[in-house]
Amino acid sequence: MENLRFWVKVRGVLLPISSVAVLIGAWQIAIAMNSDSLVPGPWAVLLGIVELAQKGLLVKYVVASLFRVTWGFLGAAVLAIPFGLMLGWYRRSELAINPLIQILRPISPLAWIPISILWFGVGDLAAVYLIFLASFLPLTVTAMNAVRNVSAVHLNAGRNFGLSQRQLILKVLYPAAMPQLIVGLRITLGISWLVVVAAEMIAVNSGLGFLIIDARNAGNRYDLVIGGMVMIGLIGLILDMLMRSLEKLKFLKWSYVS
Amino acid sequence: MAQRGGAVVERAVKTKLSLRGVNMVFRRDGNEVNVLENIALDAREGEFVCILGPSGCGKSTLLNIVGGFIKATSGQVLIDDEPVAGPDPRRIFVFQERGVFPWLTVEGNIDFGLHKLDKAERQRSIRHYIKLVGLEGFEKAYPQELSGGMKQRLEVARALAVNPDMLFLDEPFGALDSITRLTMRGELLRIWEAEKKTILFVTHDIEESVQLADRVVVMSARPATIRRHVVIDIPHPRDISSPRYLELRDSIFEEIGLAHTV
Amino acid sequence: MRKLEPILWPLALAVALLCAWHLAVVWTATRVFPSPFDVQRGLAELMRKGLLWSYIGDSLFRVSLGYLSAVVLGVPTGLALGWYPVAAKAVNPVIQMMRPISPLAWIPLAIVWFGVGNTASVFLIFLASFFPIVVASANGVRNVPIMYLQAGQNFGLRPAALLRRVIFPAALPQILIGLRIALGVAWLVVVAAEMIAVDSGLGYLVIDSRNAGKRYDLVVAGMLMIGLIGLGLDVGVRRLETVRSVRWGFRNE
Repeated sequence: MENLRFWVKVRGVLLPISSVAVLIGAWQIAIAMNSDSLVPGPWAVLLGIVELAQKGLLVKYVVASLFRVTWGFLGAAVLAIPFGLMLGWYRRSELAINPLIQILRPISPLAWIPISILWFGVGDLAAVYLIFLASFLPLTVTAMNAVRNVSAVHLNAGRNFGLSQRQLILKVLYPAAMPQLIVGLRITLGISWLVVVAAEMIAVNSGLGFLIIDARNAGNRYDLVIGGMVMIGLIGLILDMLMRSLEKLKFLKWSYVS
Repeated sequence: MAQRGGAVVERAVKTKLSLRGVNMVFRRDGNEVNVLENIALDAREGEFVCILGPSGCGKSTLLNIVGGFIKATSGQVLIDDEPVAGPDPRRIFVFQERGVFPWLTVEGNIDFGLHKLDKAERQRSIRHYIKLVGLEGFEKAYPQELSGGMKQRLEVARALAVNPDMLFLDEPFGALDSITRLTMRGELLRIWEAEKKTILFVTHDIEESVQLADRVVVMSARPATIRRHVVIDIPHPRDISSPRYLELRDSIFEEIGLAHTV
Repeated sequence: MRKLEPILWPLALAVALLCAWHLAVVWTATRVFPSPFDVQRGLAELMRKGLLWSYIGDSLFRVSLGYLSAVVLGVPTGLALGWYPVAAKAVNPVIQMMRPISPLAWIPLAIVWFGVGNTASVFLIFLASFFPIVVASANGVRNVPIMYLQAGQNFGLRPAALLRRVIFPAALPQILIGLRIALGVAWLVVVAAEMIAVDSGLGYLVIDSRNAGKRYDLVVAGMLMIGLIGLGLDVGVRRLETVRSVRWGFRNE
């Protein structure tokens, strides 16, 4: 019996690995067959990444992108979550602001680039502002929805035990809304990561997004282009996994009953 | 007249369903769970058989085996002298009202199994069964607009529309309130008497089993075996205060080992 | 009075914000940032020149092409992945790796494969819409209660009929959610793609108005149109969710 479980687990790991391997193999073959293509094969990409690491640029670009995401995302979280919770708590304010949110939401953060350059010039601050913008609305909406999903039963129990408004918010609302907030944070972090890359392609001179656009413009270094994409994918995946491990913390697990 | 063990053949009516030596073992995480042990059971054509047992004892598993959704670990399941190979339109399973398809109207649900008939026949069938279960006026309604009892009736209508030989019901009234349940039992009996199907009805409710069945098969807790068959020889409609009813019901109480007072 | 509240409060807020905006522009005596009136005049100018409709048309055209191809290819792919868990397990790591890569990061490759122009941006939109649709369709299939499948088999349905008459309708609400999300993403991406890779459309309007003459009134006007049309698209798809044969899947809406 133990053997069976072991093999099931092995298969669970082997399958994804082999499918990735198959894809990389197919990629290599496609390149080999199309020898005058600008697009490089996986080996060339790997070499390109190593080259960047040796020049110290890899770490520099990764740190730049992460730096912008961190500041923009955290800044948005610190402001948006209390704001959203308040909006969800006072129904009238939600009614008032909802149409505004609905109009702002479909506007790509990148459309704010001219205005953010106007206000912050070209540079890090503008990029951080874009990330902030990209995170603010989704987090506000998440917090608003989280309030709505807090069970009335819990709130009534709190009132029954004589809690004041402030205590109610701190001791019932926040903990009850926490699981949903964490999920929202994870999703918004993913969005921030997408936006930082895009922002760096347009508005700044460092970071992984800049690497991609610059590697092409400055010399058709498509090995670095794809290398950059691979790094973006990897780091985005790691960020996501980190956030998911937060969801596994015991005191939050109560909400994820499946 | 209650008898112990084995199958009871009282009248010379054809045996519809026959189980012999049925065992069910589930393997989970390397452990073996013995759910059913040595089940032997018969049902005659047109008989209403209740399978009674506590929750989780395996009676739903038994029904799933008979319905062809699970294969028994060992043993023989014969319907019309043929081994059961898989789900079959001749034997329709009625789940709790959750089994109704929410994307179809009442008509659409009843029509679901009728794809082999031509249009006129389908219309006739649908009208007949809507009338039979008492859902007139709700033909175009969607299940989310119906009450629990109505959804249950819809599911029975859908099952009957394909004219199956047997109906398997797995605690169908479990999600309904007790008042609706009483009404639904009457409905089911009325339909059974009109359509004369062989019915296998799983429940954990002793009263329900005595009110409905020709024969009650009392099962033990897991690993489930058949403790006893209790033949209910009261003709319908049954008076639930009559001495014979109480006598039969109490015998089941005793069999299970329940006290008389709360 | 109560009934009008959902209209009164937003209206009051909108008026307040507009006034605050206008006053801020006046007080700071900024020469560049537009006031609400500037924006309105800018919009009128674009409409007179016929540019507004042509830009909107271009953006909508690209979105439609990319999005619809994603729907046509993505829904069957997702259904297949949901039905065959082995395939899903194999493909999943690839999806997880590709998801965090902004569609815009594909621009250089898209240009290599399709050249500069409409096709590249349509490809980007396709890419961005494809994943949410596949994931939502796969989840839709996976979440179909076994009871429905058993009932379908009980009535004698073959796999093809089972797919058509049970699995697809049961998964439809979740598929629709994926379609709505994908459309939102597609609209975001088209605007971004137009800022980088093409010469027309609302995204281009926004970036070009600044670059070509610091016309911030047109920048804000463009942003406003982007918001309104995106909202319109979202509302349109949400209408689909009210159709009675799928409404059962949306409990709180």
